[in-house]
Amino acid sequence: MKTLRRHPRIVFAGALLLILVLLSLAAPVIAPFDPLKLDVAHRLRPPSAEHWFGTDAYGRDVLSRTLWGGRISLVIAVAVAVFATGIGTLIGLVAGYFRAMDAVLMRVMDGLMAIPGILLAVAMLSLSKASVRTVIIAIMIPEIPRVVRLVRAVVLSLREQTFVQGAITAGTRTPAILFRHILPNALTPISVQATYIAASAVLIEAYLGFLGVGTPPEIPSWGNIIAEGRNFILLAIWAVLFPGLFLGTMVLAINVLGDGIRDMLDPRIARRL
Amino acid sequence: MGGFILRRLLATIPVMLVVAIVVFLLLHLSPGDPAAIIAGDNATDADIARVRATLGLDRPLIEQFLLWLGALLHGDFGRSVFNQLPVWGLVTQRMEPTLALATMTMGFSILIALPLGVIAAWKAGTWIDHLIMGVAVLAFSAPVFLIGYGEVYEFSRVWHLLPVQGYTPIGQDLAGWFLHLVQPAIALGLVFAALLARMTRSTMLDVLNEDYIRTARAKGLGSRAVLLRHALRNAAVPIVTTIGLGIALLIGGVVVTESVFAIPGIGRLTIEAVTQRDYPVIQGVILIASLVYVLINLAIDVAYAFLDPRIRY
Repeated sequence: MKTLRRHPRIVFAGALLLILVLLSLAAPVIAPFDPLKLDVAHRLRPPSAEHWFGTDAYGRDVLSRTLWGGRISLVIAVAVAVFATGIGTLIGLVAGYFRAMDAVLMRVMDGLMAIPGILLAVAMLSLSKASVRTVIIAIMIPEIPRVVRLVRAVVLSLREQTFVQGAITAGTRTPAILFRHILPNALTPISVQATYIAASAVLIEAYLGFLGVGTPPEIPSWGNIIAEGRNFILLAIWAVLFPGLFLGTMVLAINVLGDGIRDMLDPRIARRL
Repeated sequence: MGGFILRRLLATIPVMLVVAIVVFLLLHLSPGDPAAIIAGDNATDADIARVRATLGLDRPLIEQFLLWLGALLHGDFGRSVFNQLPVWGLVTQRMEPTLALATMTMGFSILIALPLGVIAAWKAGTWIDHLIMGVAVLAFSAPVFLIGYGEVYEFSRVWHLLPVQGYTPIGQDLAGWFLHLVQPAIALGLVFAALLARMTRSTMLDVLNEDYIRTARAKGLGSRAVLLRHALRNAAVPIVTTIGLGIALLIGGVVVTESVFAIPGIGRLTIEAVTQRDYPVIQGVILIASLVYVLINLAIDVAYAFLDPRIRY
């Protein structure tokens, strides 16, 4: 509690994020309309008492769609962060600890990093049928190399330290060294990195949706709501503005939370990320 | 010196080879039939069979890869499924707007991010630092299209100051070219500048913690002299290196920004290719974009090897 009081940023960003998460989770209960229900008679209506965020080009309620869209962003943020850091950590441990694997794995990671992430995601999605699962995979793969490099760097510096050398001399089995001695020391930078990946995943989902290759239109997501609204931007800016503000707020909350956790846990790594 | 450049040059080969393997495997390991994907949506069975035969898709995977790679090395990036034109030509044709936008964004971002990042590091922990970094995290989290549409709405619709969308080739009308790029460069530049300011600040902080900075201060040099003559000069190399690595993100941002402002560059080409299910074009864009990224970073490293005798990896 005391620590938290010294870090007002974490409290503020955490509270903001919590509100957004609760709103999204509660969407089925609190959304005033069915997010998919067409109502052509009331299309492109400005915000009003009935439709707080107005209606889109098909007369769908923008508020309801925005709340439902948050669920997709949340699922994607969590899934991408968990899988990208999980897979990246495993590869990073192997690359950092086993000299023989290092060169090959890192060349592969360098190659993956040379491909602009959004282009790689677009290419993957152009080949497969769009679904929430394929969007998650397409966003996740370009994020993996960053985690690998981070974990590898930590492992390289830790493996020379006395407690690891001691464990090796004592005959500790390699998996135990990796997971019980090295990994716990790498968890701080990994969790900070995971936060940033979550923020970037929310943003990239929206970008992919905006480009028309993301989450399929029958599942409202912030990306595809904005993508559909952009054609009517001069007639109905609310259809883009409100989901855009939710999107920006969620990304901001996660980024500030990441910065806060980073500074709280270890001021030394504060400047490295 | 020559040895370093040669080694650095050779190091780009495995990187580009991995890029090629990824792009190749993406198509061949995807759930669909590659021949059907390349032949396009309207292809008949005969078309698909013809594609399979001409591209050798019935041969073993490794043989196909070597054939494809051999063609790439001869500058043959394949042909568009949609209009049968060579991919290389299609991509280079659309290169100008993308390069113009990327360069202008980069210039704009560096201009505002470098001084702000340096000041934030110099005043680390004070309200100035908090203010700069606060604005940076805000801009860093803002979706490019939100800033972009905000600009379109304000500048062009309400004030009628700048052209709304589109692009004018530089050779055709210099003023028009510039005016069309101002809005997109600001939209993307704000996001990219925020990233650069964060990176500049962290690099400067590292340098400011070095012993020689303490020595310079101890011998009584004024803070401005320490900052400009000692810290900034030593921070320049890592700062420019991180800017080089940031180009991958810049390219991604350009794709989105082109779409907001209807700029007919590589990003739009990619999206058109996706809607037409034109995989050879997507493949070509990725290969060429990655090559540009790798070559820029190569150029940065080599340039610094010339400027700074300490750099020998």
